[in-house]
Amino acid sequence: MNPLLYPAEKVASAVRNGELSALDYLEAVLERLKHVEPKLNAFITVTEELARRKAENIDRRVEKGLKVGKLAGVVVAVKDNICVKGVETTCGSRILKGYRPSYNATVVERLMAEDAVIIGKTNMDEFAMGSSTEFSAYGPTRNPWDLERVPGGSSGGSGAAVASGEATLALGSDTGGSVRCPAAFCGVVGLKPTYGLVSRYGLVAYANSLEQIGPMARNVGDCALLLSVIAGYDPRDSTSLKVQPMDYQTKLTDPPELEKLRIGVIKEFMGEGVQEGVRERVWNAVQSLENLGARVGEVSLKSLDYALAAYYIIAMSEASSNLARYDGLRYGFRSSDQGLDWNRAYAKTRRMGFGEEVKRRIILGTFALSAGYYEAYYLKALKVRTLIRMEFEKAFKKFDVLVGPSMPMTAFKIGEKIEDPLELYMCDINTVPANLVGIPAISVPCGLSDGLPVGLQVMAPPLREDLVFKVAYAYERTGKWMFQLKP
Amino acid sequence: MVGDGVKIGLEVHCQLTSLKTKLFCSCPTDYRGKPPNTNICPVCMGEPGTLPVLNKEAVRAAVMVALALHSKISRFTYFTRKNYFYPDMAKNFQISQYDGVGGAPIAKGGYVDLGNGKVVRIRRLQLEEDPARLVYEGTIDTATATLVDYNRHGVALIEIVTEPDITSPEDARRFLQKLRSILEHLGVFDGELEGSMRCDANISLEGGVRVEIKNISSYKDVERALRFEITRQSSLISRGIRVVRETRFWDERRRVTVSLRVKETEEDYRYFPEPDLPPVVITDEFIDEVKRSLPILPDERKRIFVEKYGVSEQNAEVLVNDKALADFFEDCLKHYGKAQELSNLLVGDFLAQLHSLNLSVREVKVKPEYIAKLLRLLDKKVLTGHLAKAVLREMLETGRDPEAIVEEKGLRRIGSREELEKIVDRVFRENRKAVEDALVNEKAVHFLVGQVMRITRGKADPNLTRQIIKNKLEKVRASRKA
Ligand SMILES: [Zn+2]
Repeated sequence: MNPLLYPAEKVASAVRNGELSALDYLEAVLERLKHVEPKLNAFITVTEELARRKAENIDRRVEKGLKVGKLAGVVVAVKDNICVKGVETTCGSRILKGYRPSYNATVVERLMAEDAVIIGKTNMDEFAMGSSTEFSAYGPTRNPWDLERVPGGSSGGSGAAVASGEATLALGSDTGGSVRCPAAFCGVVGLKPTYGLVSRYGLVAYANSLEQIGPMARNVGDCALLLSVIAGYDPRDSTSLKVQPMDYQTKLTDPPELEKLRIGVIKEFMGEGVQEGVRERVWNAVQSLENLGARVGEVSLKSLDYALAAYYIIAMSEASSNLARYDGLRYGFRSSDQGLDWNRAYAKTRRMGFGEEVKRRIILGTFALSAGYYEAYYLKALKVRTLIRMEFEKAFKKFDVLVGPSMPMTAFKIGEKIEDPLELYMCDINTVPANLVGIPAISVPCGLSDGLPVGLQVMAPPLREDLVFKVAYAYERTGKWMFQLKP
Repeated sequence: MVGDGVKIGLEVHCQLTSLKTKLFCSCPTDYRGKPPNTNICPVCMGEPGTLPVLNKEAVRAAVMVALALHSKISRFTYFTRKNYFYPDMAKNFQISQYDGVGGAPIAKGGYVDLGNGKVVRIRRLQLEEDPARLVYEGTIDTATATLVDYNRHGVALIEIVTEPDITSPEDARRFLQKLRSILEHLGVFDGELEGSMRCDANISLEGGVRVEIKNISSYKDVERALRFEITRQSSLISRGIRVVRETRFWDERRRVTVSLRVKETEEDYRYFPEPDLPPVVITDEFIDEVKRSLPILPDERKRIFVEKYGVSEQNAEVLVNDKALADFFEDCLKHYGKAQELSNLLVGDFLAQLHSLNLSVREVKVKPEYIAKLLRLLDKKVLTGHLAKAVLREMLETGRDPEAIVEEKGLRRIGSREELEKIVDRVFRENRKAVEDALVNEKAVHFLVGQVMRITRGKADPNLTRQIIKNKLEKVRASRKA
């Protein structure tokens, strides 16, 4: 087997046993990267030298018989909104051009402690605002399955990197579907964890109350492994949950069959507006799960009609405040401001530094928080959020997991939706509920529609990552889908 | 009349200087004396991706303050973002609290008793982060550049907002002094540190519009700034010019207020709950525990001074309004039992001399036993009141033992009759005209006593001197009759 196709766990064990040199493996990945990257543009920064030094260090320790970590030699790509000390972190924005964080994100610390080899920072929609990775100041990323199409977003670079073998694993961030969307479009596995399970310290904020860093991988086992490394309480993040870290991999087959597992198919996810091919693939996948012993039923969640509106109001409101700090004074891009007072200097830097979509969301968020509108928009959105949460709680009394398509469509063409923000926002309709409710949701590939990957979404109650992994893994083991390296 | 219908409300910001670290990060609270922008970290600099973590000790301190001000403590309190673009905020929003939709300050209500029959009601207490210090090159209205020092950015502030109950600049000052004393008694605040207490004032005259004065940074300045503003506004009113609703800046060097901006409407800070900090739950058990650990506070201390030690109400009020003075008083009391006499000295000459030396009580180097010695020297009539003043000054300047000063400078009272009689004889010889006057006019006796004091440089016992002079005058009268 080509080491490039090794699962992460096999890479780590081969490196640990001295069967595979971390440096050789890295060089193979780098060679692959150099071959496909000109076509894909999945990375904003490739940290080749940093990666080599880490790989050499791992090999030396293996030679000396010293202990190496769970991810020894595993090559990981990190979304460019997650801080790596000393490595440029742009969030896909011009305004952070040249910004090198003075600290490591908690997840990056944890990766390093387990001897992962960080290969670079992946492309994304500017400040994670988008579903196609077209809104990047560093050019769009292309889908490895079809270079004319988007990889999904906003973690499109991470999705494309994993799908194309530019990295073994990747970190994305998911505010309203930004891990699951590119996972679905690129044919890989991506998880949005329970809110508070993974520390946000070092994740550049877009919408704090919604987002989580999430693992992306070629298969469910790898995804579970990466989550085991990054999850767990962090005193630097006050919203992080005090839960015992869990080894999610060992839970995958415990027990192996889905006997008596109750699966609820969300009606609203399967209705109009869903591509025929997508619906078909998802029903087939549900059928497979039923064959494994699961009991399948349908569930209707009426409040979902308001989910998208609530999501965008909350996200934009928080974003308008989070992004206020980018004024050119302390870091990143600063426009020439000779002779301008600070107010005008700030305005000029922000006008030149932010892209159109970011400005649109800042302005809408600012409006939603303004005196006189706050109650009508922000507060109402919070009420809707509570309503949706209650409806999910009710649904979880009847079903262990809820399923549906991750995305209502397969990857669309670059430029196809960019002119119509509303149509682009509509893409997130199936993914935003999990963020509003704060529950775990995975996207696992479940076949192709017209040659493009389709993702099955599995959601479970808070902190039941073990359940979503179990269902995804059971499906994966049916062999109806096998990872394919593209392009 | 000028000063009629004055309504003043204060917004006081006190740094919780006793805390080891800032409100949301682990940088030290003690930033003073450090080179600019060295007491910072990614969190207080608002670097992308960083998150605030609440300093729990700040909540305890705020609960202590709330209890001391008789405020009602919120069982759930939130942090709120106050959004505005300004270079003193690294994130362009301040993590603060808010009394409105989307907010719940840590406490509401309460009062401060000014001790002069007036009570100032408290509207609310809240915790927030200190903005960075802006350094203007020149003055605020002419500066061409602004420098930012983030060293103090993120230090925990407690904001105390009063109702507009204050009716004079003197009372505003008194309020701040009392507040300072309360906070210092609680041990959460050190008013001696420069910039540890700052305040904004709202003032309106005769039911007119409210003018806000920003950047007041001392007790003296609150009085000065408000005086200036009352004069400015009444002069406008007397000339028939409308006072406009605006924000003015107190320029402490020029001692004037200058207009910053005219307010058409309320500023829109787009308050919303800080999503990175969960609500803080304050339990009854916690409040009880804090209550039990509360130290003695000024009003209670005043009662003890009056009832237990027998100090007059007025003296006791002055003593407890400065924690250091009240502490010093109690220290001296261990060495000298006459509390009222002791308080007279401290509240009188002691404070007056500190003022003229521009010293605070805490800077005093005099040992309490020396104050006791000084009082005993007075009791034993070794010193006259006049001499005691001179000795006290020397003590405050050098910290030395009063007995040593008396010995060295020969400041001992002249109480010997023979010695004084010689001096009186000399005064009679040199002031024949005055002696003639004194024979018929009792008031001229003062002049002769004064002459003795002048020659002895105040060391003569005034009573004995007067007695000798009177006797001598009597003799003169008798000899003339004969
Ligand atoms: Zn700090």
